Formats: sequence, C-alpha cells, structure tokens
Amino acid sequence: MAQTLYDKLWSGHVVHTEDDGTTLLYIDRHLVHEVTSPQAYEGLRLAGRKPWRTGSIVATADHNVPTDGSDLAVADPTSRAQVETLDDNIRTYGALAYFPYRDKRQGIVHVIGPENGVTLPGMTVVCGDSHTSTHGAFACLAQGIGTSEVEHVLATQCLLQKKSKSMLVRVEGDLGRGVSAKDIALYVIGQIGTAGGTGFAIEFGGSAIRALSMEGRMTLCNMAIEAGARAGMVAVDQTTIDYLRGRPFAPRDEQWERAVEYWRTLKSDDGAQHDRVVDIDARRITPQVTWGTSPEMVTDIRGQVPAPEDFADPVQREGVARALQYMGLTPRTPIDQIRIDKVFIGSCTNSRIEDLRAAAKVVQGRHIAENVKLAMVVPGSGLVRAQAEAEGLDKVFKAAGFEWREPGCSMCLGMNADRLDPGERCASTSNRNFEGRQGAGGRTHLVSPQMAAAAAIAGRFADVRDVV
Amino acid sequence: MNPFTTLDGLVAPLDRANVDTDAIIPKQYLKSIKRSGFGPTLFDEWRYLDVGQPGQDHSKRPLNPDFVLNQPRFQGASILLVRENFGCGSSREHAPWAIEDFGFRAILGTTFADIFFNNCFKNGLLPIRLPQTELEQLFLQCAGTPGYRLRIDLESQTVIRPDGHVIRFDVEAFRKYCLLNGFDDIGLTLRQADKIREFEARRRIEQPWLFA
Repeated sequence: MAQTLYDKLWSGHVVHTEDDGTTLLYIDRHLVHEVTSPQAYEGLRLAGRKPWRTGSIVATADHNVPTDGSDLAVADPTSRAQVETLDDNIRTYGALAYFPYRDKRQGIVHVIGPENGVTLPGMTVVCGDSHTSTHGAFACLAQGIGTSEVEHVLATQCLLQKKSKSMLVRVEGDLGRGVSAKDIALYVIGQIGTAGGTGFAIEFGGSAIRALSMEGRMTLCNMAIEAGARAGMVAVDQTTIDYLRGRPFAPRDEQWERAVEYWRTLKSDDGAQHDRVVDIDARRITPQVTWGTSPEMVTDIRGQVPAPEDFADPVQREGVARALQYMGLTPRTPIDQIRIDKVFIGSCTNSRIEDLRAAAKVVQGRHIAENVKLAMVVPGSGLVRAQAEAEGLDKVFKAAGFEWREPGCSMCLGMNADRLDPGERCASTSNRNFEGRQGAGGRTHLVSPQMAAAAAIAGRFADVRDVV
Repeated sequence: MNPFTTLDGLVAPLDRANVDTDAIIPKQYLKSIKRSGFGPTLFDEWRYLDVGQPGQDHSKRPLNPDFVLNQPRFQGASILLVRENFGCGSSREHAPWAIEDFGFRAILGTTFADIFFNNCFKNGLLPIRLPQTELEQLFLQCAGTPGYRLRIDLESQTVIRPDGHVIRFDVEAFRKYCLLNGFDDIGLTLRQADKIREFEARRRIEQPWLFA
C-alpha cells in the first residue's frame, strides 16, 4: 500500500504497540539544552537510572546565554546555574557531542544540529523544545517534547505516543520576488489557523517547497508547531543530500553511499493518502506581517489592521479586540504605517546564513531609521557567525547601525538580557508574537529577514519589493 | 505522580482562546532547575500588575483585581474551564507544573495543543476535551452560579453537573490506566527493555551511521 513519508518514518521506529495504539517509538537523536533538561536529569538521578544511549545525545546551551559578548561567565546567577547544571550533567553522563557556552560551534540547538550533520534523514529527533519540528526539513520525524518526556527518552531511548493524522500542505508555483519561506509559513498559518495542525504531522510538498534551500525548508518546518503540528517534514531530494555531504557527523565513504540510497526512499509514495490536503498557490503569497498576538493574526504588507467586527465568532472577536489593545493598534491602520522601535534578526526560525545574506542585501549601503532604538543580528551559531564574517556581512550590518551579536536564542524569548521594554514595538524574524514573549508588555510583529531589514531602514514596516 | 480517580471541585472560567504557555508561565521563571514552586507565578502577567522576577515574594505583589483567578469566588478552584487551543506554543512543562502547583487537577476545554495535552498527563493533571455545546453550557452555568462545582470521574469518563446532567468524555486507555494508578511511565516502558534492545540491535546493523 502506498505510504506517506510520515507513515514510513513512524513504522520504521515502532518498538511496541499497546492495544489502544499507544506506541513505543525508538528515538535516534536526542538534542538537549539547558532550560528543559535539568529536571529530567534530576529525575533520572533520583530514580537511580542511567541514560540508555548517550551516543544519541547532542547538547548545547542556547536559551539563556548572553549575546553581547561582554562577559566570560553568564552574569545572571539563575541563568548561570542552568548553564552549569548542563555542563555537570553532560560531564557526568556523556554525549555524542557537546557545544558548551562560548564554544565556537555553540548555537541554537535547531541550527547546530543540521549544520553539524547530527540531524540525518530518516531519524526520529526529539528535544525539549517545541521548535524541534525544524529538523523535519531533513525528512526526519522531529518533535518537541516536555521535560518528563526528556527524562523518558533519556531513560528508555523511546517516546510513548499515538500516531498523528497526516496533513499535506502542497505549495505549487513560483514564489514572487521578495517572498521567502517565512512568508509561506505565516501565510499557511493565516489560512489554517494556529490550531489547524493540531493532531497532525504536516508534510510540506509541491514545486515551491522543492525549490527551497535547506535553510528555507528548516524555516518552514520550524513554524509547523505554530500551526499546531508537533512535526513538519519535507521529503528528501538532491538538495537535502547536497547539504549533508561532508558535514562533520554525516556518514562517509561506503556508509554515505548506503545512507543516500536509503534516504532517497524517504518521500510519500505516489497515491499515498493524507488525512487532509491543503493546496496553496505560491503566486498568491506576498510578504507577510503579523498584527496581533497569535501567529494566525497575519496579513499582507499592503494590507491593514482588521477590526474586531470583521470576525463573526464572538470568542474570536473578543480575542482580536484584546490583541489590538495589547498591540496598541487602531483598526484599519495600513500595515506600512506602523512604526517600530526595535528590530530582531535571529532565532531558530531565521538565523541561518541564507537569512543573514537576505537581510544584508536589503541593508547594504543604507542605515537604520532614526526612530529605531535597537536593531540586532543574532547569528544562529558560532559557525553561522564565522561564515557571515568571512563574507563581510557583519560589516554591512554594523555600517547600517545594527548590533552584531554572539549566537543564542536571544530576543526570540527574552530569557537573557535581550528583550523588549513595555510598549516597545519590534519587527522580529522569530516565531511567536504572544503577549510578553519578547519581554513583558513588548509588541512583536513577525516577518521574514528581508522584511525585518526593510523595516529597520524605513523605521516602519515597508514592502521589501519596493526597496530591493 | 499523584493518581487521579475522582474530583469534586470548584470551577473557575478562563474565557479566552489560544492561551499560550508563555502566558501560563513567563520565561523568567524557566530558569529554575526544580519542578515545583511555579504556582504563585501561574498566569503571571495577567494576575499581577507589576512585572515579576524569580525569587521574589509573590504574595507581596499587587494583584490585578480584574483577572478572574483573583476574584474571591474562585479561590480554591481545582477545575479550570478554558477555550480552544489551550496550551499552544512552547513545550515548557513548567506550564502544567504551574497549573498543578496552583491547585488545579483538571482542565476542561474543546481543544488543547498537542505537547501541552501530553505534558498534563505526566503530572497527574487531567485535560478533558468536550464538545463546544457542552463547554458553552458550563461557561454559562459557572458564570451564573456562585460556588459552581463539578464532579469528574475518570473511571467512568464522566463530568457530572450540579443539575445531574452527565457529560461523557474520551481518554486514551493507556493514559487513563497510568493516571488512575499514578504510574510512572518510565517504569512501565522499561518492562519492554528487551524489545528496545532488540530493535536497537537491528537498527545498528541496518543503519550503522546512526550509531557512529
């Protein structure tokens, strides 16, 4: 019977199934960071258990770490305690690889996995972080898990779960100029809603997806969770294989050949049935900007802020009214008239080399607007940072008035010192515009790197297609 | 984990959709390396008028009188009524830890985000998916009835209203079994250790590059 990519990934990892369908799924790769792992290791220790297979573990410190490069140790004592606890746990129990704070390969866990080749097609990948869906770009079954599950995977190398339904999001056609994977992600979420993917694993397919680079596919799969889906995925093709060749932890020689032969089977068979199919015409996708406090509250750069009365459902209407109040926006304001205070280019969604190149192209030879208090670029990893510097992108950003930072999650969630002050408005390449996400009272608008760059220059949202 | 069998509890309504885990417990509290003590900062930004910091005495902070959980009639509530897509966003298990630590044992809504839903069961917290019409009735009754209580029976998978109306709900058999007994699922999984080892050995031969 014709199988979907998700069927293949699922069935390839089933260890045991209970009568009600609850399945023990074998986990190939366990990514670990400092915020959601301490309690899991503690639980393990208290129960007198040991990790099942430390060779599956790759760890880094990313959520809490400072990015201003000023301090050798993490200044905030509670953050430092978490980073040091991770150091201790990895030292005690071991891992395949550990990229600690200030290591040159340290970075956001969802950036360093792929760039080091520790994420490989056909794997099950878990991490105590919802954006683990990112790794699905490599035809992995990659899912975010809670801390109890982190402990469960540490102790048993398995995850207990039931199979989800399968959704195919098929994007056909050519993307327009100035339109990126981020815009596809936001557009899709605008169409199906933030709960549209709940209970589903989403496969992204179609010619527009095949035309994306691996960086673009990672951006898209990263945002699957913002559509409610725990996992997003893209089939293996030549782009996948070309990306992986020569990565430090990718197989070599005869094993590479064997692996590639297998990886090429990681796609949905012709005629495979998905539980839901969403068809999107790529030509309809324009640069997107969110206006509210949920990623589904999104519109076109040429659009305007809606009014609560545009929505029929009373709960939704109430939600929109509350969002507009929080965001300090008036209905019918044109999006390109919204002025900003800060710009954040970074996060596991958009901090890879391609993202930085796209943003640099927009700011090249220009300067951030006077009303922009802070514009920062936070590369996803030490390797991305080094690559960008080798290409001279740091100079482009600095000349334009941007701060050039050390890698980390930074202002995507504001656990470190990088955050918005109450009332500040930010053009952000991150993934969540929730209330308080980037700092209590902060107002986040999600955009692509190009659009964040264009906003930095204009001091308000601007159509990148008019700039470049 | 505390077993969950029956619950007879006061109900509090949280009448907004898409409540995300950042709202349930803001990031500054995730720096703790413990599992407990998150109750005082549940819904922190809605509940208090100031911006809270870890380590402070939260009992001295100014409460937002408009926030539902601060109203006297909902003190001691153990059942939370919510709207769709509750628990969306971050996978932080600190969210159910905070809800449980505050005193809730059950959450009644229409839809929950997948990771959050899953995390609840690991912490003796029962999330119940109900039809929209039933939930709407509960919101109405709760609003109009001071001291509104519900009875939840996990064994029979029922929510019983004060007027005697019984609402049946679904729960996966395995999760129900673990919750009723308060079982640690790691212990249960390790009973399958031989199967895991067998699977792993086969995988090592078929895809050796995964074990480099």
